[in-house]
Amino acid sequence: MRKSFLAENPSVLWFIAILAVFTIVVTLLSEVTGVDLISTSFVKTLGKTLCLCLVAIAMDVVWGYCGILSLGHFAFFGIGGYAVGMWLMYARTEGIVIESFAGQPIPPTPQEVSDAIGNQIFGVVGSSEFPWIWGFADSLLLQLLMVVLVPGLLALVFGWLAFRSRVTGVYLSILTQAMTLALALYLFQNDSGLRGNNGLSGLQNIPGFEDASQASISVVFFIASAVALAAGYVFFAWIVSGKMGSVIKGIRDNEARVRFLGYHVESYKLFVFTTTAVVAGIAGALYYPQAGIINPGEIAPIASIYLAVWVAIGGRGRLYGAVIGAAFVSLLSSWFTGGGAPNINLGFYVIQWTDWWLVLLGFSFVAVTLFFPKGIGGLFDLLVRKQS
Amino acid sequence: MSMLLEVSGVTVTFDGFRAINNLSINFAPTELRAIIGPNGAGKTTFMDIVTGKTKPDTGHVIWGERNISLLGMSESQIAREGIGRKFQKPTVFEAQTVRQNLAMALKNPRGPFAVLMHKKTGSNAERIEDIAGQVGLSDSLTRVAGELSHGQKQWLEIGMLLAQEPRLMLVDEPAAGMTPEEREKTTDILKEAAKTRAVVVVEHDMEFVRRLDCKVTVLHEGAVLAEGSLDHVTSNQTVIDVYLGRAHA
Repeated sequence: MRKSFLAENPSVLWFIAILAVFTIVVTLLSEVTGVDLISTSFVKTLGKTLCLCLVAIAMDVVWGYCGILSLGHFAFFGIGGYAVGMWLMYARTEGIVIESFAGQPIPPTPQEVSDAIGNQIFGVVGSSEFPWIWGFADSLLLQLLMVVLVPGLLALVFGWLAFRSRVTGVYLSILTQAMTLALALYLFQNDSGLRGNNGLSGLQNIPGFEDASQASISVVFFIASAVALAAGYVFFAWIVSGKMGSVIKGIRDNEARVRFLGYHVESYKLFVFTTTAVVAGIAGALYYPQAGIINPGEIAPIASIYLAVWVAIGGRGRLYGAVIGAAFVSLLSSWFTGGGAPNINLGFYVIQWTDWWLVLLGFSFVAVTLFFPKGIGGLFDLLVRKQS
Repeated sequence: MSMLLEVSGVTVTFDGFRAINNLSINFAPTELRAIIGPNGAGKTTFMDIVTGKTKPDTGHVIWGERNISLLGMSESQIAREGIGRKFQKPTVFEAQTVRQNLAMALKNPRGPFAVLMHKKTGSNAERIEDIAGQVGLSDSLTRVAGELSHGQKQWLEIGMLLAQEPRLMLVDEPAAGMTPEEREKTTDILKEAAKTRAVVVVEHDMEFVRRLDCKVTVLHEGAVLAEGSLDHVTSNQTVIDVYLGRAHA
């Protein structure tokens, strides 16, 4: 079964091979090996990019293959980040607090320790009480479970309600936008229990590895992101190939016809929506320790729209297209907005890319939609056709 | 003989327009039936009701030996009960190959988990090849359905209907856009299928209906106007007035 699946999908093997070579090369050229051709901050950028590629293939499965234009998948990404961030922040603050008590003659009571941690974490929002959602924050295992469970359950409930009522097309897109907006607005509140607009910070410091350098931590997360992307790619390639893929693509092209063949379309949509949400959560959980900070702005509606833009530019309906789109656009975006691109002086006006990058992105999106509906990935079709 | 499908007293109103008006019609487990009628007679709406797409205002639709009502069931449940439908306009999955189209229609468990774990087996492949042979698409199994000609798409859809192994086949204008030879072949396939199940054909083309050589039901304004052999119904004066008369006007 497995053999025939990979044999039938040579592009999966190609992808894994290229990703493996890329991962090894970056690792060898990083600070860790002493070569130091790739800076630690750039390793982090590349690691984050791999996580964005992972959430992009999830988006491609839900939109490009199943035809559900979800404009809320970045919410699941953010939830994954928050879930792992809670443990990172709690465990690290706990370590600092215990250390600060170390010099005192009388050992602190557990209540004092807990109060001090609460003060440290929630002082910024004028509180020191632990909200109930932090109940499992002291357990890495349980918080990792939350990375999968919370996005999964939210997607399951939301999807069940939406698909059962046969909400499709633009209406579903608007509904998913509303979901991510509502979540962001809720998290912005100081009493949301997740530090309001401050978000969670210091996530780049991994408790238990205080002595490890950021250089080695960044490489570990980079490799972990590459492994997650590879696993996600194989998993989704397996789902969209074979009969499941047939049904999913059938739903995209003619939902009613699939129903008349006897398939319960809603179950399939729910399956796709929920699995992709879980993968998005995992991608977020790997992304934010590399970013170091997460705040509610991350899951603003625009983030999920960018996700759709990446997939459209890369070419939807093919997994490597989503990877290309996400990597290409997000790296280009950080080059343009990070001051990498030289400003253009027109004499009467200076084009500053930090402002104009979004305009350029908007135009490319329109151009791709109008002239290259298959996206960058469509170029591969031309190559294949030339060969045959 | 007990009936496979009993439709009784069904009425459907769209914005005040009675598309189906107190319609009663029955089908035996094995029979070939043609339904004819002028445009707007309610032929397609009748199919929509049976397949669950449209919910009637009143009436009963009773199915099978256990006499279950189809009215509370979803489209996919009804399809799993064994009612297959071929649409007027060929609707195949154009982005997928002929083989994938047939594999999707093939009678197999329909749940997501079963489909995810589905393995290609020799017996399934044989069934697909057998059906492709019946509809003359043996050489096109690996072709993308979107590349097929209009006639071939019609064939593919008939093949998908056969693959579902339904107990009741609802076939909407199968002969549209077909050459005379293709029509003859379609007639043969439908007649053959009707030996083991009920086949209901909605058709405008009188020559095609004559070739089916079966019981004919004439619909008019959402109700049965006449029923019997083609010669019997076409000699009926009311039928001539409402159907043939209007067609010539």
